[in-house]
Amino acid sequence: MPTIAPAFADVTSSDSALRRFLHGLPGVDPVGLEARAASLGTRSIKTTAKAYAIDLAISMIDLTTLEGADTPGKVRALAAKAVHPDPTDRTTPTTAAVCVYPDMVATAKEALAGADVKVASVATAFPAGRAALDVKLADTRDAVAAGADEIDMVIDRGAFLAGGYMKVFEEIRAVKEASGPARLKVIFETGELSTYDNIRRASWLGMMAGADFIKTSTGKVAVNATPANTLLMLEAVRDFRAQTGVQVGVKPAGGIRTSKDAIKFLVLVNETAGEDWLDNHWFRFGASSLLNDLLMQRQKLATGRYSGPDYVTVD
Amino acid sequence: MTMDKHSLFEYAPAPESRSVVDIAPSYGLFIDGEFTDAADGKVFKTVSPSSEEVLSEVAQAGSEDVDRAVKAARKAFEKWSALPGSERAKYLFRIARIIQERSRELAVLETLDNGKPIKETRDADLPLVAAHFFYYAGWADKLGHAGYGPDPRPLGVAGQVIPWNFPLLMLAWKIAPALATGNTVVLKPAETTPLSALFFADICRQAGLPKGVVNIVPGYGDAGAALVAHPDVNKVAFTGSTAVGKAIAREVAGTDKKLTLELGGKGANIVFDDAPIDQAVEGIVGGIFFNQGQVCCAGSRLLVQESIQDELLDSLKRRLSTLRLGDPLDKNTDIGAINSAEQLARITALAETGEAEGAERWTAPCELPSSGYWFAPTLFTNVTQAHTIARDEIFGPVLSVLTFRTPDEAVAKANNSQYGLSAGIWTEKGSRILAVANKLRAGVVWANTFNKFDPTSPFGGYKESGFGREGGRHGLEAYLDV
Repeated sequence: MPTIAPAFADVTSSDSALRRFLHGLPGVDPVGLEARAASLGTRSIKTTAKAYAIDLAISMIDLTTLEGADTPGKVRALAAKAVHPDPTDRTTPTTAAVCVYPDMVATAKEALAGADVKVASVATAFPAGRAALDVKLADTRDAVAAGADEIDMVIDRGAFLAGGYMKVFEEIRAVKEASGPARLKVIFETGELSTYDNIRRASWLGMMAGADFIKTSTGKVAVNATPANTLLMLEAVRDFRAQTGVQVGVKPAGGIRTSKDAIKFLVLVNETAGEDWLDNHWFRFGASSLLNDLLMQRQKLATGRYSGPDYVTVD
Repeated sequence: MTMDKHSLFEYAPAPESRSVVDIAPSYGLFIDGEFTDAADGKVFKTVSPSSEEVLSEVAQAGSEDVDRAVKAARKAFEKWSALPGSERAKYLFRIARIIQERSRELAVLETLDNGKPIKETRDADLPLVAAHFFYYAGWADKLGHAGYGPDPRPLGVAGQVIPWNFPLLMLAWKIAPALATGNTVVLKPAETTPLSALFFADICRQAGLPKGVVNIVPGYGDAGAALVAHPDVNKVAFTGSTAVGKAIAREVAGTDKKLTLELGGKGANIVFDDAPIDQAVEGIVGGIFFNQGQVCCAGSRLLVQESIQDELLDSLKRRLSTLRLGDPLDKNTDIGAINSAEQLARITALAETGEAEGAERWTAPCELPSSGYWFAPTLFTNVTQAHTIARDEIFGPVLSVLTFRTPDEAVAKANNSQYGLSAGIWTEKGSRILAVANKLRAGVVWANTFNKFDPTSPFGGYKESGFGREGGRHGLEAYLDV
């Protein structure tokens, strides 16, 4: 098992101690949180700042396909797109990673051989997470064995909502151990946790258990990443680093489709966690259709005119 | 990827276009539906506080002009007050709609003349101005249901004197209820911010408002004094400093003029140890740095529970370091210019007093532009009730931080002020909000928010913060003969 930061050895010693700690975190006023997120959403990012933000956003994408209909061909096409997002402009940065189901990891790994693009795999009975721990760990080990650089796990929302924080904590630790050298992203499915207080508690729970990244959602439920829940998680990683010295990444996923939205998230990062997180080692977008919009905006900045969907690739 | 790993995400300049507003080289007084020169031909210049550039030359009203304006308002009163409420409502709705249509132009104008950021004029001032006119337009034909009898009557001519901190919004707070209730108006805008009131005069013409119902007389204190003292004025409404408010109260004493005063404040923003900290930090920032702290209901005293003082101050300082000060027309500017050299001098002097009296000064790291009137966001710690900066209104971006140990002590310190305009309570505990709010002697108490305004909500002060209420149903009373 990975070691727990000494600062949290006491609070994670029992269910009741963990509960007291998590419920002792400052509350979140929803109106104020959403107002702050909306206010940062009015920042006007133009010209050079916009060009910088678009390239940064492209470099932060976990280009994702998580469908029942995924095939090796689809995954290879996605990998090609991750390496050369815009075949007409080789200055375009690569995406950070491609994100696939565990059984597609080997295919993705092969397709990305030699490229500076990571392979991320969802695991732990994604997206519902409703399976026995052994199954979740086997799922994780399979993905790592197939070469996954990153594991995107889901927490047991049922256990969390039932107050079983220790169960969630131990499960994250076990998956972290099973992930070995792979970086672990912990998905809370914020849409199911429902309250901002829960999201703050889940963030701390995940970070204390050894998450390398905390991630909003699976993209499979009605409410996924929002500016407000991402802002809240950025506050959590900021505060966690201030307290422990350990930096944890943040990944909003699902529902971010336009450049305008992506830039709003980057503003949240810049003005909340700060520039140390403005890097694809510490911030990711879980997205698929976002990339093409960023590419069209990038072409517009370069040429002065809008191209249109036939000038970016459909993969 | 090839970009610098740690290159800053610098926001490129994003200025709102100045070309949406056409400022004439000179403006007249607006009396009886016409723009006219002052009787003695006097003019004054209005400058942009962020650059000291002269924006326009404005006719300066004297007592003769004020008299002419009051006569015009008196003449218009007979017909205006006899109109059915539903007819007056039509004019007010029309004005509200024109304000919305011209809101971008008016926002840029207000930012130029006042110095506040475009973000605020665009997202706060202008929407609230239009909302005030819409709200009181709705009352105009329902006055019989406002709780002041079946057919409450207007007072007559209202003399209104407004400040420079929210020029158009204060105009709306004054003019909308006055017109809805059937009064006519002579309004004197502040000498440093006359332009938006003159653009409003144009909107009155555009809306076809009958001549003389609204008259605008820009000028200095002498014009305000002449208006307040005019024997044919039935109602005086003033927003501004407590010193001037007291002089006005003395002037109208012994007359049958109805008076409302909205004066200074030293609002306490009380943060308990169980507060939602991140939102409290936002509320503190919004409470004192909104409009560069030039807000009568600003949360200029932060009362923080001693047990969380260090944590809160660390968060607050980190947040203040992200504030963007500079060109008010840039859409990303958070902190604009101070309204005038005179106000800047006053803020500077009070901050120096704070240091001289032993409080510890911290200033947000930001570069001040070389021209214009600027003051960096500043906070003082180690402040006690005995410090001048805990008692006097600074009316600038300066926060005094005090501590308390118990809720009773928080209430005692919050109430220990000559003022009583606003207060804020930050706690996740609902019962504490209710208990503390009931004990605070302040006209507005915000819970887990600050500086939230709404035309439906009455606003006004206790003690030296003034009397009378503006906004909401209560705001009608000041303009009715009840």
